[in-house]
Amino acid sequence: MIDFVGKKQWFFLISGILIVAGIISLAVFGLKPGPDFAGGTSMTLQFSPPVEQSQLREKMAELGYDKATIQNAGEGNFIIHIVEITSGEASELAGQIGAELDSQVKISDYYLASPTVGAETARNAGIAVIIAAVAMLFYIVWAFRRMPSPFRWGTCAVIALIHDVFIIVGIFSILGWLAGVEIDALFITGLLAVVGYSINNTVVIFDRIRENVSRHISPDFAVTVNSSIVETLGRSLNTSLTTLFVILALFLFGGATIHYFVLVLLLGVIIGTYSSVCISSQLLVVWERREWRALLPFAKRTT
Amino acid sequence: MIFILALFGFALWSVVPLDRNVLGREGLRLGLDLAGGSYLVYQADVSGIEPGTEDEIMDGVKGVIERRINALGVTEPVVEIQKQEGEYNIVIQLPGIADIEKAKEMVGLFALLEFREQDEEGNWIPATGTVNGEELTLSSRYFKENTSVRISQTGEPFLIFEWDETGAQLSKQITTRLLGKYMAIYLGNEPLRGEDGRIIAPEVKGVIEDKGQIENLSLTDAQELRRLLNAGRIDVPLGRWVDGEFEPSVPLYERTVDATLGQDSIGKSIMAAVIGIVLLLVFMILYYRLPGLVACLSLGIYGVVLLAIFKLVPVTLTLPGVAGFILSLGMAVDANVLIFERMKEELREGRSLGAAVEAGFNRAWTAIRDSNITTFIACIVLFWLGGTLGAFMVRGFAVTLFIGVALSMFTAIVITRTFLRLIIGSQVVTNLAAYGVKK
Repeated sequence: MIDFVGKKQWFFLISGILIVAGIISLAVFGLKPGPDFAGGTSMTLQFSPPVEQSQLREKMAELGYDKATIQNAGEGNFIIHIVEITSGEASELAGQIGAELDSQVKISDYYLASPTVGAETARNAGIAVIIAAVAMLFYIVWAFRRMPSPFRWGTCAVIALIHDVFIIVGIFSILGWLAGVEIDALFITGLLAVVGYSINNTVVIFDRIRENVSRHISPDFAVTVNSSIVETLGRSLNTSLTTLFVILALFLFGGATIHYFVLVLLLGVIIGTYSSVCISSQLLVVWERREWRALLPFAKRTT
Repeated sequence: MIFILALFGFALWSVVPLDRNVLGREGLRLGLDLAGGSYLVYQADVSGIEPGTEDEIMDGVKGVIERRINALGVTEPVVEIQKQEGEYNIVIQLPGIADIEKAKEMVGLFALLEFREQDEEGNWIPATGTVNGEELTLSSRYFKENTSVRISQTGEPFLIFEWDETGAQLSKQITTRLLGKYMAIYLGNEPLRGEDGRIIAPEVKGVIEDKGQIENLSLTDAQELRRLLNAGRIDVPLGRWVDGEFEPSVPLYERTVDATLGQDSIGKSIMAAVIGIVLLLVFMILYYRLPGLVACLSLGIYGVVLLAIFKLVPVTLTLPGVAGFILSLGMAVDANVLIFERMKEELREGRSLGAAVEAGFNRAWTAIRDSNITTFIACIVLFWLGGTLGAFMVRGFAVTLFIGVALSMFTAIVITRTFLRLIIGSQVVTNLAAYGVKK
């Protein structure tokens, strides 16, 4: 039987490194806010024949848009985010760029968000994530109300959830720095969906622990938890695999518009499965045994 | 079983007739990001209207905008009022209008038309009067919506209009004062001009109380003015707030998607879905054998029923919504996987096939129920968030994922179970290897 509980220090260490790396990246690079959060005009420019990103960046700078965020969306498509301009000005700009780069340009998607909406959107997105986390906490506390200290179960599940969110946000902070990937309303949507999915996995394992505890399969809680993880492992992996198949297909072939939205889902399923199998239940064991030292990396094993 | 066949048949019947035009007007309803079109969100300035009557008045605004848009021949426009924290947003979706300037022009027409008079220096200032002790400007707000164009016996076109009660009082005061002078009609800060470019400024030839007419217009001008006056009976300026200042006619959000991009997105999503689903089915059959095949059958039914629900509700499909649909397919497998894993365990413990199936379903049920509720919570929060953002894409995702997950619980519990019971009951396949269990 694979010992998932015994290796918990390693899992905590790996997660700790990922989270710290994410936080550092957030502190250094921050997140690139898209038009939903920063206001401004965002448009997808379709070039035929395709042009190089560096050429486009150069031309944009020459035309006074040196702060433009440019994302390469593949097949000659670029998503640019600049200050607010009207659609008339946008067509003019696109025409100018096209003429200078000797390429036909079409604006296939024009989006303008008032600069005033950003703060409110950010606030609402924050509220949404918090409401979701609290609602799920209450739900799990309720679902495990017959267990001793149900609040503990809920807290562990929500810690795993926050763990997932931090890692994904960290990765997008790095992507923003490397590839100009921006955070928009769809990013928040993906994040919340992932949160639901990750907790879903955790609940299935918790459900098994609940059942095994009432069947008294072992006096040792750690052993009970480990066999619960192993018993549900087939299910955890298979479900994630089937979901991954469809998401991966969407990621590879689904087109530019939802590319990064699907990336959030993709990362979320992987990280969510990892945190369900390797983090949330182990936290329960740590809490049960009050082995808080186990949370620290390189701490001596006490078992 | 009969129930399942009936459901499947009904779903298929409601989906299949549209296979000639699956994604067209008769078929699934497509959002702007898939069909192409324009999307506008305006904030309403309700500061000028009586507190307590906002809801009613905004409903009126919605009705007026809908009528105007319909009159212009847009297919399936959506006009929604979204209220939050005492503020009103009006969301307008115009499928097929890829030219956003045209779309805005259509909405811009709904601004209030104002009557102005000339002061001593010849500047145009608002023509006001006093009603119930309040100073009011004569505007298109007080028109009855029955302004029409007539042709006189000498062939001259003229416009006939009627004021409502307040309008009649104002008009009487103003036209008495302005007898023999001129009045202009302003849209925002611009006077209305005729086709010859001159300001439309009719002379006041008599005191106008409840009914009057405007002469000396060309036929085109008369018709345009009639349209504007009828459309202009809107009580609330639309625009956006920027740092406490109201900018009329500027939208809070605007978006235009080219129809070819939408077509492209549809094609790519379908390809991705097909590839993903084939992978998923192959995996299920290889790993779970016979039950896997059963799961594939129930997934097929699931997909068709889900499409039927989307069509019949109807749910507007957006690109993230399609992603939600495909994601829900992946998750629909989850309930089956939970049950099959449970079944295998029971079989390994030496139970009979029938008992293992029943135990598998019964024991897996709590896990299926408890785990999916968290996804429902996420969907509900997303639906709220999408509303506050005026973001149709976020809502689209939340709705499709919610319906998908709810239906997936149903298919796993009812459809897969019925199939498995039938197979086991008929004793066609009794070899345990077919159920993925080594003897």
